Amino acid sequence: MLPSLVLFAAESAEGAEKAGLPQLDSSTWPSQLFWLALTFGVLYWLMSTYFLPRIGAALEERRDRIADDLDKAAEGRRMAEEAEAEYSRSLADARAKAQAIAAQTRDEVSTEVSTMQKEAEESLAEKTEAAETRIRDMKASAAAKVREAAADTTRAIVEALIKESPVDSVVAAAVAKAAGKA
Amino acid sequence: MILPRPGSAKGTDAMIGSMIEGLRTPSFQAAGPMEQFEVLPIIPLTLGNIDVSFTNSSLWMVIGVGLVIAFFFAATSRRALIPGRLQSVAEILHEFVANLVRDTIGHDGKKFFPYVFTLFIFILVANYLGLIPSVPGSAHQFHVFTTTSHIIVTFALALLTIGIVVVYGFAKNGLKFLKLFAPSGLPFALYFLIVPIEIISFLSRPISLGVRLFANMLAGHIILKLFAMFVTMLLAAPFAFKALAIAPFAGSVAIFFLELLVAALQAYVFAILTCIYLSDAAHAADH
Amino acid sequence: MEVEAAKLIGAGIAAVPLAGAGVGLGLIFGNFLAGAFRNPSAAAANQQTMLLAFALTEFTGLLGFVIAMIILYAF
Repeated sequence: MLPSLVLFAAESAEGAEKAGLPQLDSSTWPSQLFWLALTFGVLYWLMSTYFLPRIGAALEERRDRIADDLDKAAEGRRMAEEAEAEYSRSLADARAKAQAIAAQTRDEVSTEVSTMQKEAEESLAEKTEAAETRIRDMKASAAAKVREAAADTTRAIVEALIKESPVDSVVAAAVAKAAGKA
Repeated sequence: MILPRPGSAKGTDAMIGSMIEGLRTPSFQAAGPMEQFEVLPIIPLTLGNIDVSFTNSSLWMVIGVGLVIAFFFAATSRRALIPGRLQSVAEILHEFVANLVRDTIGHDGKKFFPYVFTLFIFILVANYLGLIPSVPGSAHQFHVFTTTSHIIVTFALALLTIGIVVVYGFAKNGLKFLKLFAPSGLPFALYFLIVPIEIISFLSRPISLGVRLFANMLAGHIILKLFAMFVTMLLAAPFAFKALAIAPFAGSVAIFFLELLVAALQAYVFAILTCIYLSDAAHAADH
Repeated sequence: MEVEAAKLIGAGIAAVPLAGAGVGLGLIFGNFLAGAFRNPSAAAANQQTMLLAFALTEFTGLLGFVIAMIILYAF
């Protein structure tokens, strides 16, 4: 079957051969060239003078607009950044001020406290010293009184024993000896 | 394949014979693979002695250019900041060709942009219009016609391009344009070899440029037509042979999609080669 | 009729370059794909060259086709 079809195709090709290749029929060339020149020329003229400049202008306009908008956005961003810097600067200022006030107050208070502490310490030391002096005095007088009592007792004991009053200096030496032994 | 009388060689022969007789009817004979390329006058016109009849070729050039103009008119009428659908397509085409020209020719390419754009759009639309199936039963001269399937049209466009290259090359570089044929920095003896090769290569440019587009369109349409012919031949066949028609039909669908690709690709290739040749002309003195 | 037969044979022979064009196209696309897989970032930049090479190569085959057509129809 296929050979028959190929044969047919060849036969139909032979049939068309009488007309030849239509592309090589030079009698149609002038007409084709004329209409090609006309249509291509019109298209070129319209494209170069009207359509393409319009599209190019629209593209340009959009590009400009986008660049413009980008510039504006950058400007806005710059302003926002400035405002933020301003804000953070004032915040830092306020914080520094507050810290300064706090530090000052703390210093004052601590000075006062230390002064008061010093005063209190001083008065306390005075009182302590006075009390210590008094105690020392009392201790000394008490010791003297004990010595005196011891001497009196010694004298009384000696008188009772030997009926003779001893010399004060001897009594004192004996008491001191005894006190040293005790 | 179910045959009417299996095993009977005589029956098969008779069947194929009758089938081929059926195919010899005038309706099939008229539609050879070359029929679609015939240029038929619609309105006879003469300019002086020259026949410039309005033919089916002219009709489809006018339709193509008319569609392009209508499209661009609709696309650029509003010129909105935020483009609509049509305007987007027009802008994409504009950017596509503008990038092509800028990348290939460089800064000098700006003045050739309208030409390359027109060339690209003209060829693209002509190629695609040619792929539309004809209205069944319409008169022959109103069948769909591919204007770029004619060598004279493509060759004229190619010659126009090369003409622009030559004129612009000499206008921009003066006689230094001839350095295109003799690139500097070669051993002297090599020039005897290089110069003729370069000249032949330059002269063959318009031929290859024109014939490439023509041959692509011719081959594609012939193959489409042959597949379509096989479909009608098999459908005219008796009995179960009709079912075989699905094979060439599938083939013609596949070829059609290939042709959709080729139509765009050839327009692109024509535009890019034009750009490359123009770039040669613009930078001839730098070689 | 012998001339007819010679024409058909000649047309068939003139279609042989299509084989070479097919090999060439295969080489172009194959090498492009091999390169593109190796360095996908450079693929887009070379697509234009690839299409150009495709067109130039295809032309060789089509020239054979045109010659076949001319042999069949123009003589």
